[in-house]
Amino acid sequence: MATYIARRLIQGVIVLLAVSMICFLIFRYMGDPVLTMAGRYATQQEIEEVRRAFGLDAPTHVQYARFIWNALHGNFGKSYVSRVPALGLILERFPATFELAATATLLSFALGLGLGVMVSLKPYAWQNRLVMAGSLGGISTPTFLTGILLIMIFSVYLGILPPYGRGETVTIGFWRSGLLTLDGIRHLILPAVTLAMFQLAVLLRLTRAGMREVLTEDYIKTAWSKGLSSRKVIFKHALRNVMIPVVTVAGLQFGEVIAYSIVTETIFQWPGMGNLILTSIFETDQPVVVTYIMLAAVIIISINIVVDILYALLNPKIRYD
Amino acid sequence: MFEGTARAVDDVSFFLDRGEVLGVVGESGCGKSVTAQSVMRLIPEPPGKIVGGRILFDEMDLAAVPLERMGSIRGNRIAMIFQEPMTSLNPVYTIGNQIAEMFQLHRKLSRKESWKRAVEMLAKVQIPAPERRVYAYPHQLSGGMRQRAMIAMALSCDPEILIADEPTTALDVTVQAQILDLMMQLQQDYETAILMITHDLGVIAEISQRVVVMYAGKVVEEASTGTVFADPKHPYTHGLLRSIPKLGDRSAGDRQRLAEIKGMVPGLLALPRGCRFHPRCPEAMEICRERLPDLFSVGPGHCVRCWLYGETSGETETG
Ligand code: SF4
Repeated sequence: MATYIARRLIQGVIVLLAVSMICFLIFRYMGDPVLTMAGRYATQQEIEEVRRAFGLDAPTHVQYARFIWNALHGNFGKSYVSRVPALGLILERFPATFELAATATLLSFALGLGLGVMVSLKPYAWQNRLVMAGSLGGISTPTFLTGILLIMIFSVYLGILPPYGRGETVTIGFWRSGLLTLDGIRHLILPAVTLAMFQLAVLLRLTRAGMREVLTEDYIKTAWSKGLSSRKVIFKHALRNVMIPVVTVAGLQFGEVIAYSIVTETIFQWPGMGNLILTSIFETDQPVVVTYIMLAAVIIISINIVVDILYALLNPKIRYD
Repeated sequence: MFEGTARAVDDVSFFLDRGEVLGVVGESGCGKSVTAQSVMRLIPEPPGKIVGGRILFDEMDLAAVPLERMGSIRGNRIAMIFQEPMTSLNPVYTIGNQIAEMFQLHRKLSRKESWKRAVEMLAKVQIPAPERRVYAYPHQLSGGMRQRAMIAMALSCDPEILIADEPTTALDVTVQAQILDLMMQLQQDYETAILMITHDLGVIAEISQRVVVMYAGKVVEEASTGTVFADPKHPYTHGLLRSIPKLGDRSAGDRQRLAEIKGMVPGLLALPRGCRFHPRCPEAMEICRERLPDLFSVGPGHCVRCWLYGETSGETETG
């Protein structure tokens, strides 16, 4: 187990290096941050000064080495725009994104598993056909449309849920949480549902397909022949086998949702990382964008490792050697 | 005493006495497994369904009891083992868990007590180091060991009937013999009636007292094991007997070529008219193409569904 995790970590570091190199190169040659910072009417001399001040006059490989060295010390440079450390800027936004992503993932996992099992047991009942049709809609509706529709219904027409922002938050240590106030939770509902919608459809379909396959397995026949109740057969013997792929996909989706909830955050003006990154791209705020990409890579790699471990815990056939 | 009548596939009728070992033999696809699973009501409905007929067990009609009540019969009074020990144990639970489940369910024992009993069961089926093996997952055991674990599970609540659906088919020959020996021994210890379903007459010869030969969803011959081997009547039974190697032949250098029955078992949707065996039968007559023979009695406890015996005996017994 330890060697397995160690190996995965080394792989992770290699991926991170590759990611860092790619995003460093892209931003080295995409847009000139110096112009943004010095202003459109700066003289040539002012521009050169800014360039030197930020170390942008050094050769590429020196800049890269400097970047890695600093990154290893948790220093990703300062935002060109707000002149505060980029990492701090992003980490400050992290709780908002994390809470949104976690809520959405839990929601879609619970509903996807529950509905998937329900649908698989009586595939031809009309309620279940309705659920399946709905999930097809969920899969094919783009997130921005879902978000806008939800805002229209629940905020504009019914006026029962707030359309944007995070509402009242409580700060515990460095973590600003919106989960502890009623207002915060009300603000969370629409974006979380929007974000959950797509994942839900995928998990539901995965659960249904898995259940239908597993229910024809010999060991399910064995379970029936033992005299177990349908509850035991389905939830103990079948579901545990179906969970293996579902947990894997839900975990990977969680990583993606943290890293790429840009659209949802923009629609709901959610003060998370996705929202920040969009602004930073417009402003060619290189350090923030690079830091964000690196952080996203770290998050996805760690979640993958956690998912692998979960997968192994659920599936006794996996061994670590 | 009790009597069970399974009329599940198409008018299939036979009985099983307490403590008796009955072999049901036939090529694959002849309806043996369907019959067995019908007894346990394991045929998924839909698409399967038991239309008419009764499965009498201890004065209870299993075909008619509500499915919820099958829970106290399945595993507890009638248990089953299957062909594929590779796939018939749940891969994500230890075998201890899967055996202990039986005691928790039917005997209402505590978790701890159930696990203790699971270890005892593993010892009974001669799995070495049972106190360690209870923690093994199915994939960590060999096929033979898995089938032993299945047998341990099936016998754990001391059922009156054990239905064994091709229990040795997927195993190596030496392991097959061991499993059969084990089943024989346990059958005597537990006095369990066994319904042994197989395509292998060698297995029948070894273990069962009576034989039911099935073909295309029908019983075609029924007799004691001795009679079937010494004096088989039905042309299909003849064919089956010719297609197995005789004991002792295996080592002989000049192996005889084994006869095979030409053709294939018809699909259930394309059954021939008349005797279902007539397209493959070397003795087929005119009447065979037209009318389905009844089960004719040809001796004490010996019935044959074949026109060759219908006219001569005169007595008929509808199946
Ligand atoms: S009834 Fe006719 S076809 Fe059928 S087994 Fe007897 S002889 Fe052959």
